[in-house]
Amino acid sequence: MPELNLTSAPAHLRHGSNIGQPLTRRDGILKVKGQATYAADNHPPGMLFAVMAVSSIARGRVTSLDVTAAKRHPGVVDVMTPDHKPRLAIDPEIKTNPFVFRMEVLQSNEVRYANQPIAVVIAETLEAATEGAVLLAPRYETLPALVGLDAGESFVPPVVGVGNPTENHRGDVEAGLASAEKQIDAIYETPPQYHNAMEPHAIVAAWDGDSLSIDMPTQGLMLSLGRIAELFGIAPDKIHIRSPFLGGGFGSKGLMAGPQVLGVMAAKLIGKPVKLVLRREQMYGPVGHRAPTRQRLRIGTDGEGRLTALDHHARTVSSTFDDFYEPAADASHTLYAAPAIRTSHDAVRVNTGTPLFMRAPGEATGSIALESAIDEMAWACGIDPLALRLKNYAEVEPITGKPFSSKALRACYEQGAARFGWSKRSLQPRQMRDDSGLLVGWGMGTATFPALMFQAEARAAIRRDGSGAMEIGAHDMGQGAWTALAQIAADAVGLDIDRVEFKAGTSDLPDAGIAGGSAHTATAGAAIHSAGAAVVAKLADLATRDERSPLFGAGNAGVIARDGRLIRRDDESRGESYAEILARAGVAEVEARGTGAPNPAAMEEYAMHAHGAVFAEVKVDPELGQIRVTRMVGAFAAGRIVNPHLVKSQLFGGMIWGMSFALHEEAITDRRSGRIMNANLGEYHIPVNADVPPLDVITVEEHDTHVNALGIKGVGEIGITGSAGAVANAVWHATGVRVRRFPIKIEELLT
Amino acid sequence: MKPFDYVRPATVAEAVAAAAQPGASYLAAGTNLLDLMKGGVSRPDRLVDLTHLEGLDAIDRLADGGLRIGALVSNADLAHDAAFAKSYPAVAEALLSGASAQLRNAATVGGNLLQRTRCAYFYDTASRCNKREAGSGCDARGGENRTQAVLGWSANCIATHPSDFCVPLVALDAIVEIEGKNGRREIALDELHRLPGDTPERDSALEPGDLIVAVRLPPAARGFAAHARYLKVRERTSYAFAVVSAAAALRIENGKIYEARLALGGVAAKPWRARAAEDVLRGVAPTADAFQEVAWRALTDAKPSGDNAFKIELARRIVVRALTLAAAGTPARMPALPASPFASTSGAIHA
Repeated sequence: MPELNLTSAPAHLRHGSNIGQPLTRRDGILKVKGQATYAADNHPPGMLFAVMAVSSIARGRVTSLDVTAAKRHPGVVDVMTPDHKPRLAIDPEIKTNPFVFRMEVLQSNEVRYANQPIAVVIAETLEAATEGAVLLAPRYETLPALVGLDAGESFVPPVVGVGNPTENHRGDVEAGLASAEKQIDAIYETPPQYHNAMEPHAIVAAWDGDSLSIDMPTQGLMLSLGRIAELFGIAPDKIHIRSPFLGGGFGSKGLMAGPQVLGVMAAKLIGKPVKLVLRREQMYGPVGHRAPTRQRLRIGTDGEGRLTALDHHARTVSSTFDDFYEPAADASHTLYAAPAIRTSHDAVRVNTGTPLFMRAPGEATGSIALESAIDEMAWACGIDPLALRLKNYAEVEPITGKPFSSKALRACYEQGAARFGWSKRSLQPRQMRDDSGLLVGWGMGTATFPALMFQAEARAAIRRDGSGAMEIGAHDMGQGAWTALAQIAADAVGLDIDRVEFKAGTSDLPDAGIAGGSAHTATAGAAIHSAGAAVVAKLADLATRDERSPLFGAGNAGVIARDGRLIRRDDESRGESYAEILARAGVAEVEARGTGAPNPAAMEEYAMHAHGAVFAEVKVDPELGQIRVTRMVGAFAAGRIVNPHLVKSQLFGGMIWGMSFALHEEAITDRRSGRIMNANLGEYHIPVNADVPPLDVITVEEHDTHVNALGIKGVGEIGITGSAGAVANAVWHATGVRVRRFPIKIEELLT
Repeated sequence: MKPFDYVRPATVAEAVAAAAQPGASYLAAGTNLLDLMKGGVSRPDRLVDLTHLEGLDAIDRLADGGLRIGALVSNADLAHDAAFAKSYPAVAEALLSGASAQLRNAATVGGNLLQRTRCAYFYDTASRCNKREAGSGCDARGGENRTQAVLGWSANCIATHPSDFCVPLVALDAIVEIEGKNGRREIALDELHRLPGDTPERDSALEPGDLIVAVRLPPAARGFAAHARYLKVRERTSYAFAVVSAAAALRIENGKIYEARLALGGVAAKPWRARAAEDVLRGVAPTADAFQEVAWRALTDAKPSGDNAFKIELARRIVVRALTLAAAGTPARMPALPASPFASTSGAIHA
């Protein structure tokens, strides 16, 4: 990997702290110039190309592969099949921890879903490997595919999401519904959605004896390292993974997936470096996706619009061979103060790759159903949707009764509504038109996402030349970790950002935890913060114990680190530079490590969530049914905002995805074959620029002293929640037609 | 990718000779063909690259008042030719509503005419498809087919032709100039694309080696410039094929329609000229009732080929709207969102 030259644009002037400054991304110039090396940009000498052959049936068995024909093709070097592959150290079907999911690495001829890898062709060129895969001409024994939410007998899974209880309740839901004056009982459906990060999964793997060098985008360097180590039976310190940049991850690159393991296997089989990159359509299977859901919401209110009960049930699917259940109903735990809440799930098994994490898993699917139902209830009560939400504002977390560590949602509602002009909304639908006669609708949704933290470690150093270093194996998925974490690092060691060498993105650095759960900035940031504090304490120790120092006798608590100097808290005229302290002490550098982790006591005591309010305007052609979002305003409270500029971009991206959820995204599965019929960016619609309206993001001030030392909650996923419901509700308000099956389609509006 | 020969002929005659043998395929911009090759849908043995041929990239005004467009003119160059857009505004609007700016910069006039269907079962080589492999069957029937044909389909094929460009062209009686083994001939664009019948594997009337060298608009086509629109309903604002589209062109004199042209896109295996419906408007005032009558007439023979009955009603509404827009007059400037129902949205962002 070439040396990374991260720069800060000289135009940035800072006044004091690094945290809180809207720096543009420090890797921006590299990316614009095409100098940011992504995994597939690496071409070690002697590298061969591997291409997966994937199954065209969803269930059955591969009965033959024409390996001879493939190998006869010029340039093809070898074909890896279940009968010809390196041995793995453990059975990939064994789940060694809750974050291990089963993968297809040619362990058998069984086919469990369409697009499952069934062979890997290794060749001197990509073209030869691609044609080799075609020439394999697989034959199958085909069994009827299990497709859709009614594919078979449903069952209640033991847990949903990652270890969440399948059912939760508080209070008596049936009694609450029975006593309600108004009731909503509605069923919503969300489709399967697949990952379409700009960068498909890729790996360049090179073995040197029993050492393994890997270039691969990952959201979890250490999880990947551990999985590779156990699958190949080598010590973790023999593996080096480089992942300086991801072209998007969104949950699909959190865990080691089968195709990347196949790349490592291919390199081992052939004894040369191998590159394997997924084709776009191959993303629709082995790398996780968002499962479809069918959600039933039953809500009761009294005569004033106060909730008496909220019952949210979600049906979802998992694969036939592993367990991941989209925790959609859990979205109803935290937002609305119903005295009785029940959430529950059931599932059926279908022939797909195992559904996994996709930006706001559970929250996204659950939110569009819940926010639609709340909107329906507001209409049933004849109350403005914002007023109904305020009437049911949760002062404590409804499902647990815990107080919130902080919650500025009321301010989000106020500021978002004011910016949007919500007060001018007509209560009745289909009342508003623009100059050209298009129907205009306004809708809103509440956004929520838990403030999670994982565990991380960082190493900090202060050097004799007065510069600093911060090392952490953090992941820049495009969200801006190179910049935001470096800002935290700079403050942590009391230096200008350009004076701190910030290292991230490789597996030889301290474990930053996974870049998921919207928790990366909080987790890695906490580790960086504590490593910085620890190294400054060591430096202060050197100075305050040395009678030659002007800081002698000040004690640790008595100095401040600022701009490369330690100064006495009680007399800021007395201080000296880091360089002076280290030079006098005769040491090259001081270093220290720090960790970041959730605080179990605080978690026991408080409910921790980010919140937001999203307002959307849509226009709908009254006769033709075509929809266009024309305006969105999102106000979010997510604790401390490390870099407002990058946070705004994160929230924009989430809001656009929310709009995509409501109006565009859907994997169309052939109900007979189980194959996905639109596995390409032409037909699997996500919004194009012309679909994206002017977006307005407000970050609402919120101080949280409980979530972590820096008060960071995370913004990676919350933007999609609330937004999807806001757009759907706006479509209803424009047309008077309540569509409960997403994405909303033209034919639903041809009234 | 399957290895193939690559031929770069110097003349049209060389090109025709090189492409006449089985397994050969013409390559222009390749915006459709290369995707088909990557997906294994098309596996040509030989590509005959037309992009270096001289003289096929001109837009010529003809002495008789017609216009001749070379087959290698790019969609973008044609749409942005100011004189062209002024004379044939619905054609320019259709061009600008298609694909994306990047694709329009590359895609050619001839290639647009010959693009293949976007039926998912045609692209999915594991599915049975009579168009891809004659006699294999049609998995689109009984499959996911909400966007398939409602007119002119057969039990063997329910695919649609995806072109926007061809819809106003067929309404304006465009003519296709073809160079073939036996010399030059010309046919009406309406005769170029075939309905599937029992031979859906044949998209067009072209014979092996036939090369489209130009598309011609007859002198009468510019008579509609004052009242011509293209309207396209799709599932996102840009970069999406039409669910249904329509081109409407009127000659209005003294408050009466002298002549009307109407064609539909996204409804059949060819751009669908609605001649019988056009007759409704001859000599009548451009009224909503008349346009409703046209819409009913245009879709008289329509029937769903699957879960797509809504397209029939949608097509009727699009016909009425397109005629209404055409009657109101061609806008002085190309809308920011060409062919979109949101064309007139103030502050619209360009597609």
